[in-house]
Amino acid sequence: MCFTCNNILSWIIFLPLIGSLAVFILPAPRVVALISTILTFLLSLNLWSNFDSSDYAYQFTEKFDWIHTLGINYNLGVDGISLSLVVLATFLMPIIVLGSYSISKNIKMYLISMLMLQTAMLGTLLSLDTFLFYVFWELMLAPMYFIIGIWGGKRKIYATVKFVLYTLFGSILMLVALIYVVWEFYKQTGQITFLLTDLLQTKLSFKEEFILFSAFALAFGIKVPLFPFHTWLPDAHVEAPTGGSVVLAGILLKMGLYGFIRFACPLFPRASEAMTPFIVGLAVVGIVYGALIAWRQVDIKKLVAYSSVSHLGYCVLGLFALNTMATTGSIFQMLSHGVTTGALFILVGILYDRKHTRLIADYGGLASKVPVFSFMFLLFTLGSIALPLTSGFIGEFMILLGSFKAFKIFTVIAVSGVVLGAVYMLTLYLKTIFGELDKDRNADLTDVNIREMFMLIPLLILMFFMGIYPKPFIKVIEPSVNNFISLVSERSEYLDQHDKSARASFNLNKALKDTYRDSKRKK
Amino acid sequence: MQNLLILIPIIPLVGALLSFLSGKIDKAVSGWVATLAAFLSFFLVCYFFTGLEGGSVIFKQTLFDWISINDFATSTKQVVQFGLRLDALSMLMCLIITGIGTLIHLYSIGYMAVDPSRPRFFAYLNLFLFFMLLLVLGSNLLMLFIGWEGVGLCSYLLIGFWYKKTDYAKAGRKAFIVNRIGDAAFLIGIFLLFYAVGSIDFLDLAKFFEANKAVSVASIVALCLFIGATGKSAQIPLFVWLPDAMAGPTPVSALIHAATMVTAGLYLMARTHFIFEQAPQVASIIVVVAILTSFIAALTALVQNDIKKVLAYSTVSQLGFMFMAAAAGAYWVAIFHVVTHAFFKACLFLCAGSVIHGCHHEQDMRQMGGLASKMPITFVTYLVATVAISGIFPLSGYQSKHAILGALEHSGFSHWIYYLAMFTAFLTAFYMTRSLIMTFFGKYKGHAHPHESPLTMTIPLIVLACLSVIGGFYLQDRLPEFLSKILNSKTHEHESIFASLLHSWTGLSGIFLAFIMYKFYPAMPEKISTMFSYLHRIFDNKFYFDEVYHLCVVTPLEKIGNFCWKVIDVGFIDSAVNGTGSVVEVTGEISRFFQSGQTRTYCLGILFSTVVVILLCFVF
Repeated sequence: MCFTCNNILSWIIFLPLIGSLAVFILPAPRVVALISTILTFLLSLNLWSNFDSSDYAYQFTEKFDWIHTLGINYNLGVDGISLSLVVLATFLMPIIVLGSYSISKNIKMYLISMLMLQTAMLGTLLSLDTFLFYVFWELMLAPMYFIIGIWGGKRKIYATVKFVLYTLFGSILMLVALIYVVWEFYKQTGQITFLLTDLLQTKLSFKEEFILFSAFALAFGIKVPLFPFHTWLPDAHVEAPTGGSVVLAGILLKMGLYGFIRFACPLFPRASEAMTPFIVGLAVVGIVYGALIAWRQVDIKKLVAYSSVSHLGYCVLGLFALNTMATTGSIFQMLSHGVTTGALFILVGILYDRKHTRLIADYGGLASKVPVFSFMFLLFTLGSIALPLTSGFIGEFMILLGSFKAFKIFTVIAVSGVVLGAVYMLTLYLKTIFGELDKDRNADLTDVNIREMFMLIPLLILMFFMGIYPKPFIKVIEPSVNNFISLVSERSEYLDQHDKSARASFNLNKALKDTYRDSKRKK
Repeated sequence: MQNLLILIPIIPLVGALLSFLSGKIDKAVSGWVATLAAFLSFFLVCYFFTGLEGGSVIFKQTLFDWISINDFATSTKQVVQFGLRLDALSMLMCLIITGIGTLIHLYSIGYMAVDPSRPRFFAYLNLFLFFMLLLVLGSNLLMLFIGWEGVGLCSYLLIGFWYKKTDYAKAGRKAFIVNRIGDAAFLIGIFLLFYAVGSIDFLDLAKFFEANKAVSVASIVALCLFIGATGKSAQIPLFVWLPDAMAGPTPVSALIHAATMVTAGLYLMARTHFIFEQAPQVASIIVVVAILTSFIAALTALVQNDIKKVLAYSTVSQLGFMFMAAAAGAYWVAIFHVVTHAFFKACLFLCAGSVIHGCHHEQDMRQMGGLASKMPITFVTYLVATVAISGIFPLSGYQSKHAILGALEHSGFSHWIYYLAMFTAFLTAFYMTRSLIMTFFGKYKGHAHPHESPLTMTIPLIVLACLSVIGGFYLQDRLPEFLSKILNSKTHEHESIFASLLHSWTGLSGIFLAFIMYKFYPAMPEKISTMFSYLHRIFDNKFYFDEVYHLCVVTPLEKIGNFCWKVIDVGFIDSAVNGTGSVVEVTGEISRFFQSGQTRTYCLGILFSTVVVILLCFVF
């Protein structure tokens, strides 16, 4: 059965927006928001059930003229990769709304921001027009700016300004690069268009590709975040309210990776191939570096934030290994990370709501006081350190197995993250949960309540389901990944035909020098 | 019948859940629920045993494709199945796990009788059985890996069972992390195999390695798997977690850290013996590591005063013996020692538990003594197990240890290894007898009122002691035949009883010496240890392995972590980011000066710049 099949994607994108209007008008904002997010989730499940996973082409496409003179279209479509992320996003949202019960300040505004953020995220995931993508991409910033800036912690202004400016800086470069591609395409064909499918026919010289890819990679790399562009993340996470952290870790970070898959790599395949050792190197550094720093943290939320840097390093590694195993694993890991890290942020939030501190040293011996909380914390910790039968293991294993084929040394270094992950998570667990309950202020700590259980249990079930029976997810993701890989290699060949010399003589050093010389000559 | 295979591990899993939930109603019930689950699983294993027809049948059950990927670019299908497989080797392990597991569950009912959180204990214990059974039943390396990591988790949870003591919780964490180091190597081994063979299913691997001799990756794969095994089976360099693991309740030490989990490394080697057989260089590494581990652990055991620590080092040492056998290519002998060791070491640990229980949680042997009359059953069973581990004919330790020494003698390794192994066997008898005398002989030195343990605890002791007596004799011919389909097992020719007695001389002399030193001249050990106080200190600190690791690994990593955080992240990257912001800010401040909004300033500016421009025109 298929509801609103003709334009289901538009419905999914704009249902939260309608919901935000309803929140604005109607009383009981939380209930309205909850209903709206659940409806969106059900609709996305409906999308999934009608999705044909054997077909790797974009499905449920919609296309209208938007700004005709500039060739900008409202073009939507979904494939397995975006579908899985859409379902993740719509799945996390009701949980985040449930979490909003601990927020009392200006709740309507908070929920409206959240729902608008959801519209922006879903729009980003479903756009096939580069301009539309860009609009939604930038639109994600505004609600997040408010969420951190208004409902955040002590240093919220610093964190939110840093987050927005940092991300904006990358996106502006991306916009310039995008316009360049459109301009090139116009020069070559006389047709002005922002459609992704058209732009994939643009002929680019290798040097152009290289510069354009760098611009895109910077935008997406900041969002991921790739070492060394990650420093906005710990601040943003620490200051954000729980819901903000969940959505940030759960979905927003994945947008960077999604951008690589959908735009940067297919548009500039040769440059991405040439840059692969560099990017993967950064990813592997990020894995180890993030884990080591996470280990030394005194603030629980900061620890989880740095663990995200480490985990997303795996995703980048798998993505750029560019074989079916690793890249599917990378997307699977995005889902898994959304679930486990989202849950960890919720757990930290539960503590913070009660005791208004996130310092590890302020806790200790919680197991005897709050056993259910401790048990939940244990299970999600295990998911985070990728114990078999949890979702984290499948993702990490697939990534490492696939990457091992592509880059041996990098992967072996990345495997050390498996050990370090256990080090920092178990140390956190030891210091907060085990030991004597020796702080008087924790004597009146209450255990997880029913509302919080409703937030955690779905995540828990999903984490184990994905770990034990990952097939339904892999089945959806895998054909699209195969399509992505063949798209990249086909376009790479296509570009080679027009510009044969460049790649053979490619040398990163030389390319940089040439660019520099060219820019001087122009002056 | 084979569709019931999954039930073998599932029953304890359900048992874990039920025993925890039943504990909510009545804590006393949870232990019996867990024991029942373990027993049901054992019963099912026995049922399968009858269907196995002496090892000629193999049961298989594939539940679903766990990870399956169609790679279009290379047009291959990569599948890892979620499947189980039961052959003679798995059957043997299953029998030990569920059989001894049931006994130890039963024992725990008595041992944990007053612990307020025993439902949690029994749930963990049952969960351990689930993972351990998955480990030995897995049909491919990744299935084995589930169990492998899962038992590590249970070990972590059970070592830190009394989590209020931070030291115990730390010991649990140490065990998990040290094991993870091995696991990382194990994973790399799996990756290598996956690409060399195209599958990690044991059957495919066996076929591949039979068809292809001298596979180039064999050595490196074998090395990776061996490093994985050193983690789980506590060999140098990763053995440091096992002595600390004694923080867990004693039944846990018996089940996990003596009888089953720590032998998983041996199981792995036996399971993938075809890889190790193609890696002779690795075999020589293994034998050196094993003999060193065995010897060092035995020396350390000589000077321990904590009864559980003696047994822990003894376990490390015996595991070394098993690895020696495996390195010599005598896999069935290694497995034979796994079995007999499971009998007598589980018995020893449970006896130690009984003693600790009877002496009100006293573990220091200097606070014991003279318990023979107060705890007669415990004493007799401990005595039997001690004689067994010392390798005295006709008890079970003799047959397996003799087979190991025999395999070493004919292996082509240096004879020094053989002699050192023999010397270690002598040491084994010595330190075990020492612990026996210190605990049970002489006068009681403690302050508690020792008493014999309840029936739930003594019955398992008696059963295990009986197994330690007859196990070796019963299995020495049947086991190689049973395993012949899987492992290349040849039995050695039988020797006369007289010769067997003669071959027990290492053990006998160890026992003899210990009696002289600790029974008849009790002042002697003291004198010797003061004479060689230097050596004593080294032994007592297990050759400073922990300290060296702390100095060379943990502290540098901590420093690097802090450096990354404080210097690189905050000091460098973030300063650069904030610096960019400041530059913009300062630029803004400066330009703000000109944007004052006062017309006269702008006029002045216009005038001033006009003058400058005119002047410039004149100059150029």
